[in-house]
Amino acid sequence: MSADALDTLSTPQADRLTRRGFAVMGVGIRREPAMFTLAVVFSLLFGVMTVADAWVLGWATDAVIRPSFERGEILTGAMWGGIGLFLGAALLRMIGVIGRRLIGGVVFYRLVRGDRLRVTRKYLQLPLRWHHRHPTGQLLSNANADVEATWSVFMPLPMAIGVVAMLVAAIGTMAAADPVLTLVGLVVFPLLFVVNAVYQRWQGPRLARAQSLRGDVSTVAHESFDGALVVKSLGREADETARFGRISEQLRDANIAVGRMRALFDPVIEALPNFGVLLVILIGASRISTGAAEPGDVVQVAFLFTVVAMPVRAFGWVLGELPRAVVGWQRVRHVLDDDAHMPYGDQLLPGGGALRLDVEHLEYSHPDAPGVPVVRDVSFTVPAGRVTALVGSTGSGKSTLTSLVTRLVDPDAGEVRYDGLPVTTLSQQGLTEAVALVPQSTFLFDDTVRANIVLDRDVSDERVWEVLRDVQADGFVAALPEGLDTQLGERGTSLSGGQRQRIALARALVRSPRLLVMDDATSALDPEVEQRILRALARRSESGAGPTVLVVAYRKATIGLADEVIFLVDGRIADRGPHQDLRERSSAYRNIVDAYDQAREEVDHE
Amino acid sequence: MSEPREGGLAVIRRGLKLSPSITDGLAVTLLLALVSTAGGAVIPIVVRNAIDDGLGDPSGVDTGQIAGYIGLAAVVIVAIMLTGWWSKVRIFTSTERGLTELRVQAFRHVHDLSMLTQNTQRRGALVSRVTSDVDQISQFLQFTGMMMITSVGQMIVATVVMAALSWQLTLVVLVAFIPLALALKYFAAAMSRAYDRVRHSVGEMLAVIAEPVVGASVVRSYGIEARTQDRIDHAVRTNYRNNIRAQSITAGTFGSAIIVGGLANAGVLGIGLWLGMLDQLSMGTVIAFIFLVGLFTGPAQQATQVISDAQNAISSWRRVIELLETPADVVDPGDTGRRLPEGELGARFDRVTFAYPGGPPVLHEIDVEIAPRERVAIVGETGSGKTTFAKLLTRLMDPVEGSVLLGGVDIAQVGFTELRRHVLMVPQEGFLFDATLAENLRYGRSDATDAELKEAIAALGLADWYAGLPRGLRTPVGQRGESLSAGERQLVALVRSALADPAFLVLDEATSAVDPQTELRATRALDRLLEGRTSVTIAHRLSTAENADRVLVFDAGRLVEDGHHRDLVKADGVYARLHASWVAQASLGA
Ligand SMILES: Nc1ncnc2c1ncn2[C@@H]1O[C@H](COP(=O)(O)OP(=O)(O)OP(=O)(O)O)[C@@H](O)[C@H]1O
Ligand SMILES: Nc1ncnc2c1ncn2[C@@H]1O[C@H](COP(=O)(O)OP(=O)(O)OP(=O)(O)O)[C@@H](O)[C@H]1O
Ligand SMILES: [Mg+2]
Repeated sequence: MSADALDTLSTPQADRLTRRGFAVMGVGIRREPAMFTLAVVFSLLFGVMTVADAWVLGWATDAVIRPSFERGEILTGAMWGGIGLFLGAALLRMIGVIGRRLIGGVVFYRLVRGDRLRVTRKYLQLPLRWHHRHPTGQLLSNANADVEATWSVFMPLPMAIGVVAMLVAAIGTMAAADPVLTLVGLVVFPLLFVVNAVYQRWQGPRLARAQSLRGDVSTVAHESFDGALVVKSLGREADETARFGRISEQLRDANIAVGRMRALFDPVIEALPNFGVLLVILIGASRISTGAAEPGDVVQVAFLFTVVAMPVRAFGWVLGELPRAVVGWQRVRHVLDDDAHMPYGDQLLPGGGALRLDVEHLEYSHPDAPGVPVVRDVSFTVPAGRVTALVGSTGSGKSTLTSLVTRLVDPDAGEVRYDGLPVTTLSQQGLTEAVALVPQSTFLFDDTVRANIVLDRDVSDERVWEVLRDVQADGFVAALPEGLDTQLGERGTSLSGGQRQRIALARALVRSPRLLVMDDATSALDPEVEQRILRALARRSESGAGPTVLVVAYRKATIGLADEVIFLVDGRIADRGPHQDLRERSSAYRNIVDAYDQAREEVDHE
Repeated sequence: MSEPREGGLAVIRRGLKLSPSITDGLAVTLLLALVSTAGGAVIPIVVRNAIDDGLGDPSGVDTGQIAGYIGLAAVVIVAIMLTGWWSKVRIFTSTERGLTELRVQAFRHVHDLSMLTQNTQRRGALVSRVTSDVDQISQFLQFTGMMMITSVGQMIVATVVMAALSWQLTLVVLVAFIPLALALKYFAAAMSRAYDRVRHSVGEMLAVIAEPVVGASVVRSYGIEARTQDRIDHAVRTNYRNNIRAQSITAGTFGSAIIVGGLANAGVLGIGLWLGMLDQLSMGTVIAFIFLVGLFTGPAQQATQVISDAQNAISSWRRVIELLETPADVVDPGDTGRRLPEGELGARFDRVTFAYPGGPPVLHEIDVEIAPRERVAIVGETGSGKTTFAKLLTRLMDPVEGSVLLGGVDIAQVGFTELRRHVLMVPQEGFLFDATLAENLRYGRSDATDAELKEAIAALGLADWYAGLPRGLRTPVGQRGESLSAGERQLVALVRSALADPAFLVLDEATSAVDPQTELRATRALDRLLEGRTSVTIAHRLSTAENADRVLVFDAGRLVEDGHHRDLVKADGVYARLHASWVAQASLGA
């Protein structure tokens, strides 16, 4: 929700907002009925005992203090009674406040924990194309700030409910003490409530705007720090600071607007009970002078105003949290209600060893560019144990095809089969045991070298080293300060580009996949190293021990290792066959794979 | 927590010095706040006088006098409202102004830090410095800090009033509260430990929650959902437990303040009566004391929370200050720096050695001179130090020993604005901002018109590609540019650098994901565009080296060969070997 959209939250919308806020509270209460009830019980105890405290004072004034002063001697029994009552009331209030805060906290944190687990589970279920459509920053804040914003209304809620009991009890004791003074209470308490409600009604949209600007500030900072290297090398620090400054100033103004509103209402809300006390004393004085009231009654009613004033604000807090709760809940629901998911089958692939890959009539267009297919009617077969190369110019759809083949995304039409089984019938385990994809951009976790390679597998260190030798990474890993246990830092920044790529290759190979898909996964390696790695792989595949391989490549040596080449133009298979045949019959193909030779010839001719 | 740190007050003093707007007129604001606090004592005083002069007077109530008191009190309350309003407006305005300055300063400083320092921190942590940390400080200055001042003020006023009414009862109240005050220190320490744990577990939790979001495709393609979810569950549950623990400490202190209040009331009643019988004090005083005890209970309840909030805010402030005081180890000499000669630019490495912090040297005594207009290719095995060389050349890092010169000037003495205007590095990862194509290109030259942008695209031979974009310059590139293919991202980065038009261009595998035909077309076009400029190109595709004026070969951090492709091939060294395998694959099937 953008800050501007919130500007339109005028009164009718604010009404709806309040209603929906109550709905959110309903959801929370239904989720934690027992704990919530318990918190409310404690809160009621606290509320009632707070009033009792004032009643004790009134009683002590009339039954202990005044008679003692009048008689000039202490009414010992009554005094001990008063002391006992003061202590007893305090003890019960203490129990009430501890229970309310503790159990109320349990309710809040349980609700937060529950949604956090739900949202993150959803992230793990939602298909990749969903992930690509949503900014990282937004997803992170859904699982964190938004979940908290949704339920934070539960912090003051038990207290606010307890306050209702407190007010009823207060009016009750007042009525018992003096009906006329009660009128003051009947005027002041509702007034207090109304002022709080008006305040929150006015403040709500301002708070929501500030909240959403805070999100914007964080998004700008996140992106700018993410691209720090580009900012630095283009010398754009000042411009970025200006961009950040503009959004920060908007946040500043929004915060000041919140502050001004608060500055206006806080003193009023604080002063109201004090006026009530003055009124009580004024009226009380005349009541006493006519003999209609006892001084103790007046003292008690006055004291009630001072003790009730603060808790009544809890209503305001509840109302104040509502807009945030509604916005947070909408954002959380947006994730939870998305029922897009990748339905896995329940089959495991039978057998072992390299598998056959069949691709039939695949069609795909990106969700944010519908109607612009980037993979069109693609069909091919890679026989078990064979190596197929995927060649095509930049943006021709190679990466998209690799994610379709490994079922990272599902096609709009067409089918992918492993050993004759449609991938959609495979269980997730069946799928991930069979294939491994080395993506074009390397992603390393903020974890150790070992954890980045084995991930969730139980793999011996010997096997890890064996694979590291295969990808010629054993040398530099051994040279790292703590070997396999070295922490790689965020996104593996302490490694060179080629080193990162080799860790990613090792990650795929350690799983001994039956189908290995490499998307330009050797671009940062020297030709020599790349050759050694790929040759070893191809040899093993030939001997039947290695996987079936689909490799996106430009280098001719890599392509030369392939049994067949698929030439992709604008998402369509323009031609396929052995490298030599393609070279002979397709000039477009020649232009790509022979580009360097042609260039060299030109140089030589000069 | 264990290392010695400077005290909270020192942090506040330094923080205030960094954001002078906060202290603008602070004295007046505080004075107003204190006046409005002091007014809080009005009610108990009125109660006492009203009782003693009327309500409790057996001889009859003096209504007129009571009305007088009440009128006076009403005036005071109105005055409290006004001063309260005024002081709050002032505090909100000045703190928001000051903290926005701080936020922006800190943001700028993150960009001023060297690349290496930036990399030592998690990005999320840097983001917190300019977001949640600053928010904590503002929370503190606007609420907690004010509350501390007013609470202390309230307690002092209450004590003074009590002492004026009856020193004996004052003692009674203090005796009840002092143990709590003493215990507060321990409560606050426990609370601060509990919050430290909460904060720590929040950090862990954020990091693991980021995994399935940032690394979504790896998580999915390796089917490690279960492992990821286990890690998240563990972190979320730990965070829950820590929060509950902190919550129980708060609840406990709230409770103890109430019971102490009850004790004080009981004591006032018993001892007040006893003293009353000795004619030491009036009935109104006893009752007023019970009102006054209330003024103590509130602040005492909040104290633990307030102290721990204050500690949190102070550690946030300390973190922001530490960030601002982290020296930009690659120092910008600013406008006072030396200027680079206009036009052609050559470079020289003068016995340059470099090691990453805490690591072994990765470049050893590099001595090399690059002539103006020379087109140099750098080759070498992975990890041999090529990227490191490029980063030193563009002063993204400073050498450990030796110096780098451009146009005869030590680049350490050249202001950044001046330097970046002349030298540009295009890194391998074509990072784009989540905006349109046009906006991304304008990062290269902010005043370029649409026509100029299209011209630059066409000039690099990318008109065909551009024509295929349905929304043209307004194409959104997605976050990090991920709505484009990897090769397309690099092409956009290349156009961006062509627009920047530097005198010295450093390309670090800037076209590694682009197909050979497009790559050659684009880089040649770039060569033509940058005619007369100097360029250094790192590439694993040795075609670059074949076409370069000169090839520098790195091996294990040393410059081992230097010369023209022709000569190096004959030399039978590292380059010859690298090239042989390049040719082996290139000639395959030819
Ligand atoms: N931030 C860093 N912290 C510690 N060591 C680093 C860091 N960056 C690089 N290194 C190490 O420095 C050495 C040289 O790295 P550099 O990135 O310069 O290599 P390169 O020649 O560019 O390799 P590639 O061809 O793989 O990109 C490597 O051994 C690498 O592990
Ligand atoms: N998330 C996306 N939303 C919209 N369009 C996209 C998205 N991802 C890729 N595309 C477009 O789909 C086309 C194919 O992209 P793909 O990444 O498959 O190309 P590629 O052949 O792998 O290119 P490269 O060689 O550069 O890696 C490109 O034109 C690209 O702009
Ligand atoms: Mg690709």
